[in-house]
Amino acid sequence: MRVGLSGLIGAVLAAQAVAASAQELNLYTTREPNLIEPLLASFSESTGVKVNTIFLKDGLAERVEQEGEASPADVLMTVDIGNLVDLVDRGLTQPVESEALAAAIPENLRDKDGNWFALSQRARVLYADKDLDLSSFTYEDLAKPEWQGKVCIRSGQHPYNVALTASYIVHHGEEAAKTWLEGVKANLARTAGGGDRDVARDIMGGICEIGIANSYYVGLMRSGAGGPEQEEWVKAIKVVLPTFEGGGTQVNVSGAAVAKHAPNKDQAVQLLEYLVSDEAQKIYAEANFEYPVKPGVAVSPVIEDIADLNADGTDLTEIARQRKTASELAEAVGFDN
Amino acid sequence: MTPELARSFRLRAGGGWQAAALAVAVLVLLPVLALGLFALRGSPGLWAHLVSNVLPVAARQTVILLLGVGFIVATLGTVTAWLVAACDFPGRRIFGWALLLPLAVPTYIVAYAYLDLLHPVGPVQGAIRGWLGYSSPREFRLPDIRSMPGCILLLGLVLYPYVYLPVRALFAMQAGNLLDAGRTLGAGPVATFLRVAIPLARPAVAIGTALALMEAMNDIGAAEFLGVRTLTVSVYSTWINRSDLPGAAQIALAMLAITMALVMLERRGRKRQRYAAGAQPLRRTRLRGWRAWGATLVCALPVAFGFAAPAWYLVGAAWARYRFAGLSPRILEEAGNTAFFAALATLVALLLGLVVTGAARMRPGRLTQTMARLSTLGYAVPGTILAIGLLPVIALADRQIAAASQALLGVGPGLLLLGSGAALIYAYVARFLAIATGGIEAGLSRVPRSLDHVARTLGRSPGQVFREVHVPISRPALAASGLLIFVDCVKELPATLLLRPLNFETLSTHLYGEAARGTYEDAAIAALIIVAIGILPVMVLARTIRR
Repeated sequence: MRVGLSGLIGAVLAAQAVAASAQELNLYTTREPNLIEPLLASFSESTGVKVNTIFLKDGLAERVEQEGEASPADVLMTVDIGNLVDLVDRGLTQPVESEALAAAIPENLRDKDGNWFALSQRARVLYADKDLDLSSFTYEDLAKPEWQGKVCIRSGQHPYNVALTASYIVHHGEEAAKTWLEGVKANLARTAGGGDRDVARDIMGGICEIGIANSYYVGLMRSGAGGPEQEEWVKAIKVVLPTFEGGGTQVNVSGAAVAKHAPNKDQAVQLLEYLVSDEAQKIYAEANFEYPVKPGVAVSPVIEDIADLNADGTDLTEIARQRKTASELAEAVGFDN
Repeated sequence: MTPELARSFRLRAGGGWQAAALAVAVLVLLPVLALGLFALRGSPGLWAHLVSNVLPVAARQTVILLLGVGFIVATLGTVTAWLVAACDFPGRRIFGWALLLPLAVPTYIVAYAYLDLLHPVGPVQGAIRGWLGYSSPREFRLPDIRSMPGCILLLGLVLYPYVYLPVRALFAMQAGNLLDAGRTLGAGPVATFLRVAIPLARPAVAIGTALALMEAMNDIGAAEFLGVRTLTVSVYSTWINRSDLPGAAQIALAMLAITMALVMLERRGRKRQRYAAGAQPLRRTRLRGWRAWGATLVCALPVAFGFAAPAWYLVGAAWARYRFAGLSPRILEEAGNTAFFAALATLVALLLGLVVTGAARMRPGRLTQTMARLSTLGYAVPGTILAIGLLPVIALADRQIAAASQALLGVGPGLLLLGSGAALIYAYVARFLAIATGGIEAGLSRVPRSLDHVARTLGRSPGQVFREVHVPISRPALAASGLLIFVDCVKELPATLLLRPLNFETLSTHLYGEAARGTYEDAAIAALIIVAIGILPVMVLARTIRR
């Protein structure tokens, strides 16, 4: 009990100390602790700013919104463009002007008013049975009858797939997207569900031949970070960077914003600037196998085969705006049933 | 008793209990009301979309899931409880507590473990292929566990203790003489079970099944792994993917209304039933030959598949993880946080549960009955959604506290409830109070009113009657509810994630953090400790029941 009690008291004190200290910073994030902690440790070491964190899942925006002006949150960090735009729409962010951020992040990967900044990118790629004779692929191909009973994918309601469908809508319109989703649904080898890595495992298990999943999982599996079994799964597949017809590979981002009522705004900006430094961008690439946002920082050699990313040029906020329609389309075609 | 006497009893039974029960009900009601306010903001076009695209499938899947899980938990829970309480067979004493073990395994862990074990590239199918002489899963593989039957089976296997526990507590308090009477009248063990024990056990079976079904319906982790689309999944996609909290709140509240209507219906069904308790302990029938071994097998199967297999898997995964990454230095502190907050919340929930059921007992009437029903609302809402409803309530309280402190002391404590973890206690109590009220109520239903009257005639105040008669008699029920609440608090994830302070982790949030990248194996150590913490009270409880 003593540990719990001291934890309780410690938490109370920490909460009270929060607003007072000038050399602290409070981070609300939905990103994984294992990934973020090395970045924060290195930030604290070089700046002397201590970072208090809370790792959330759903409801980050709701919590900050309800905490209101008293919110201790300085930096809000999340994945998926939809979540970033959502924070802005709810008025939970504030514009930031920073030359360092503007110089490091290409214009299409940050809000024009400085309300959000992308910190890393991930691509929605194709995992295919390694014996398949396949070197190029389009997202449109997924719906072709030749793949009937051969496709694995996670839930159509998962934010990664919703963003993919939303991109499809931006490219081809809602009607075409619906037809496409129906076609993909008809090709599924099993119920849509599980995680992205299950695509590799199910290909190895003979359940399907191709599937769509995120790029960094390839690196996580290959590197052995997920254990020896996953190294086997990833050996059963090859990875292809698909494109939209007349476009590029669908890309999503992780990113951050400075909270509207941030008590430590200067430190918050300092953290964002650190996160786009060469050093931090390299950690994103090496530890989590994401694509850096900063031009010139290399991707991890572990995913060398998909390093040459031709990112689709669609405006990210445009994709975020189609999210609701995309999610409803997935339900309308019964994608997950 | 004359009407005057009865009235004077009631008058003296004091408004204090009523007021306290009202306060408890309001505490639970506030987050639901907050959801109501969210819902009122409106979500144009939502229901048209739901009716044409979502409800036909989601409602059917939800009903199939609930019927399937309900059948499994009610049957498995009642039969095993009866065997352990009323029969003697090899291993009975061990099964007495071992049958509770699956409780300690969170549903998402069970789902993940079985998916891994039974996957075509997993150990089980690999062994079968080797045995049959196939070399690749392309040549031979078994049906996928990721299906509705798979989901029903797995949820049933870990949720049946919700029925086993109260039913067994009830059999432990039950009139042995009623069962003896049954036997004297010529009924065999099976007939006694079917015609005496089951009707007697109905309140406990109903409570237990209702709890298990609410767990099943609000589950999102296992459903996601196993590809089952319940209405709860629609609540999430409406909220998360469409940023439509009002719409999500509307669906959640509609589900809540249906759940409560069903619970009321069942209660009405046994409204006229009254129970009398006898002090005679149950005499066990010794089973012999194949019957004895059959009983052993029936009790062993759920323990093996609901606990041993996933726990064995976890041990293996935890060991691999330990060799790969060592032990997180923070895990001890996190285990301490988990145990401390779960224990505190359990105590508070039991106390408040006693208040609510006590009031209903002492001042029977529409008002106190309604309070008792309202206090169970939190369990019928998915965890995350309840937590979202709690947010504005807690934030409002925090603002008031801060303003008062500023005015009186001249210092602002910041967000005190959210910053101290007190919000977690509130969340756990609001969510799991249903287990306390349900369990205690089922226990009290065994205490005949004549006992109250006797104690009152002997000059005891209503409060004394409650302390000196009701609480001691329902001790097994209290212990059972306490165990369920504690284990549920230890496993609780969504509210803990959303409402905890900065720099604060419990085992379940640690587990989530490790698993967030999709590798539940990485979280095996935390998961194993969650299971271990859940086992401790099971042992304690086993002793309490036996005494």
